[in-house]
Amino acid sequence: MIFLAEWWDVRDLGNAVGALLEWLGDHGPDWLPYIVSAVVGSITIVVFLLTSLLVFAWVERRLIGRIQARMGPNRVGPWGAFQSVADAIKFVTKEAITSANADRWVFWLAPILVVVPALVVFAVIPFNEGMILADLNVGVLFLVAVGSVTAIPIFMAGWSSNNKFSLMGAMREVAMLISYEIPLVLALLGVVIFTNTMRMNGIVGWQDEHNTWLVFLQPLAVLIYFICGAVEINRTPTDIAEAESEIVAGYHTEYSGIKFGMFWLAEYFAGFAIAAIIATLYLGGWTLWGLEEWVPGWMIFLVKLYGLFWFFIWMRGTLPRLRIDQLMAFAWKVLLPLGLINIFFAGLEVLLWQENDLPAEAVLPGFAIANLVLAVVLIAAWAQLLGRGRPQYRPTRARLVKELGAVIYGEEA
Amino acid sequence: MTMKSEPFVVNVGPQHPSTHGVFRLRFTLDGERIVDAEMIMGYLHRSMEKLAEGRTYIQNIPFTDRLDYLSAMSNNLAYCMAVEKLMGIEVPERGQFLRVIMAEFQRIANHAMAIGSFAMECGVWFTPMMWMFRDREKILDLFEMTCGARLTTNYVRIGGVSFDIPPEFMPAATALVKELPERIAEYESLLLENEIIVVRSRDVGVLPPELAIAASTSGPVLRGSGVMWDIRKADPYAAYDRLDFDIPVGTRGDCYDRFIVRMEELRQSVRILEQALAMLPEGPASVEVPLALRPPVGEAYARIEAPKGELGFYLVSDGSPHPQRFHIRSPSFINLTPLRDMVLGLTIPDAIVTLGSIDIVLGEVDR
Repeated sequence: MIFLAEWWDVRDLGNAVGALLEWLGDHGPDWLPYIVSAVVGSITIVVFLLTSLLVFAWVERRLIGRIQARMGPNRVGPWGAFQSVADAIKFVTKEAITSANADRWVFWLAPILVVVPALVVFAVIPFNEGMILADLNVGVLFLVAVGSVTAIPIFMAGWSSNNKFSLMGAMREVAMLISYEIPLVLALLGVVIFTNTMRMNGIVGWQDEHNTWLVFLQPLAVLIYFICGAVEINRTPTDIAEAESEIVAGYHTEYSGIKFGMFWLAEYFAGFAIAAIIATLYLGGWTLWGLEEWVPGWMIFLVKLYGLFWFFIWMRGTLPRLRIDQLMAFAWKVLLPLGLINIFFAGLEVLLWQENDLPAEAVLPGFAIANLVLAVVLIAAWAQLLGRGRPQYRPTRARLVKELGAVIYGEEA
Repeated sequence: MTMKSEPFVVNVGPQHPSTHGVFRLRFTLDGERIVDAEMIMGYLHRSMEKLAEGRTYIQNIPFTDRLDYLSAMSNNLAYCMAVEKLMGIEVPERGQFLRVIMAEFQRIANHAMAIGSFAMECGVWFTPMMWMFRDREKILDLFEMTCGARLTTNYVRIGGVSFDIPPEFMPAATALVKELPERIAEYESLLLENEIIVVRSRDVGVLPPELAIAASTSGPVLRGSGVMWDIRKADPYAAYDRLDFDIPVGTRGDCYDRFIVRMEELRQSVRILEQALAMLPEGPASVEVPLALRPPVGEAYARIEAPKGELGFYLVSDGSPHPQRFHIRSPSFINLTPLRDMVLGLTIPDAIVTLGSIDIVLGEVDR
């Protein structure tokens, strides 16, 4: 059993699999390692996502409980830790109703398809140097392509339910996803301009090599990507497609049981995917300035991933929801132009750097400071330009009076 | 190519997460824009006014608890004031102050719910609601301490109140009144200064003062439209004429103004409570009234500034132990009437925020 030679090396869980594949390649037909690696990789990703989900469904409820000055789940197991198991059992055992007027096939297919994109994204995410299912040379392009597929199953769900609220939710979701896809791509382009590669591991390697994270070189892009990501995964403040107080539950109003469970699952998976992409592209992935020599890289990566997901939970516990037209206007009027300007400056900087053959240690800190200043100035100037500082959007207080009878309607406060 | 398009009818309610009960709105939409709105009420009609005619004056007090079940104290107060007016009963000074204390605590509890659910309509994920529940809970604890009930209190009685406050009430109430301004500041930093709340509710659901007056609205809905009107000052009852407080008014009549008016009323209620708790006189809390009341033939209308607006009871007595006519002027119902004019041309999210800013309780709308 030669493939178990280095199994104890936890720094790279890929070692054992690598050894197995090598052994298989030597002793079996040529195609066998491909099949085995695909099966092992996909099972690992699914298991990882499901365990993360079980933990984070509980963490989210406890955290939001804390934000809301209440206990959160505390009945099932110690501190309610098995609450997500109980929830999972409930999802599986409840009746999955198909309403009479639904388009049966599409109605059934949508919850299955909706999980796929979020799962497939993880194929190109490097958990460690060797722990990547498919190190595509067009990794970033793959992310964008797969991420935008989500719109289709969601529209299928909304359409097939034959419910007006569902249809409205689905329409909103599609409009939102398509609009936010553009600033999202622009934010990713900044990364590609700097690293000159679309391979995910290449981008991580670039950050490792230059001893910096792209979050410092592209602060504006990170912000844009984070906002777009929050929109894609449909959580407050951008949960417009399933706005509970307006359109009941949006596209999954008619779903129940495990079919609803799949949508819920997909939402979490997509959240993990967005967090993983930010961690990889902007926060150095599995590297941490040399610490990866001592601590397994996948642990560093997971800490970053969960930390980012924690931000999504925090946002959900605090912010109100925007209206659909406000959210769309934000994409087209704010994120898109800012993303374009950001790319222009990124290109200019790289050109300056490469043409003059300057040393990286000298230029990168300069770029970092320049881009941070640029981000702050741009955001402030753009807000001013769009009139966010106009008096009607300033919070006011009620005027206090003692006498009665008069009308002060229309007077400025 | 021209596309065939037609208006689209959506029923919001009677089962919908944000109709505050079984209220139904029938929206005709052009895209997402509302071209027509129809309000359909009556799903919670319990025939209260007719039922009351078969019961004695004292038996009717628990009915009033079930009107606006979030502010039972105020409802009791308004009804008892009407009966006292009919009978010519004078309530002792301590009873008057206890009524003010309870009514103002009730106002805070009600506005906490109103602001919390308004924030939920704006899409916050329960957080303000839960924070508000935390303080409302303490107020309900005070009610429980005094009369044993938390929600349907049945506390204010004809001629006074049912029980004088227990000795542990004063320390608890004073501590709560000390704590509340800090809490209100917390809510203001979370909600009032929140950019998203401002853009969601500013210039949405505008109710011009002419319409507000013509539709006979009252309470925060009227004051949000910039009309300076408060029955506590216009027609003082209980002990309000001896207390110093201000009336918060808005200037634009939109959802945000109605919300900030309620926010400020929380502070003013705390101010009233501070004074009333300090001024609470000694002496009897109520006068003895016979159990079988037979008011003289006549009629009476008493009104108070309930948390939701002007709550009035109109009673006609024919000399028997039962009222011959028992009419409720309920603020929720009347504040709801201009809703159609407020939401026309808006989208569904805005209409929901507008409905949330009116603050209705279906028990009172349908009676």
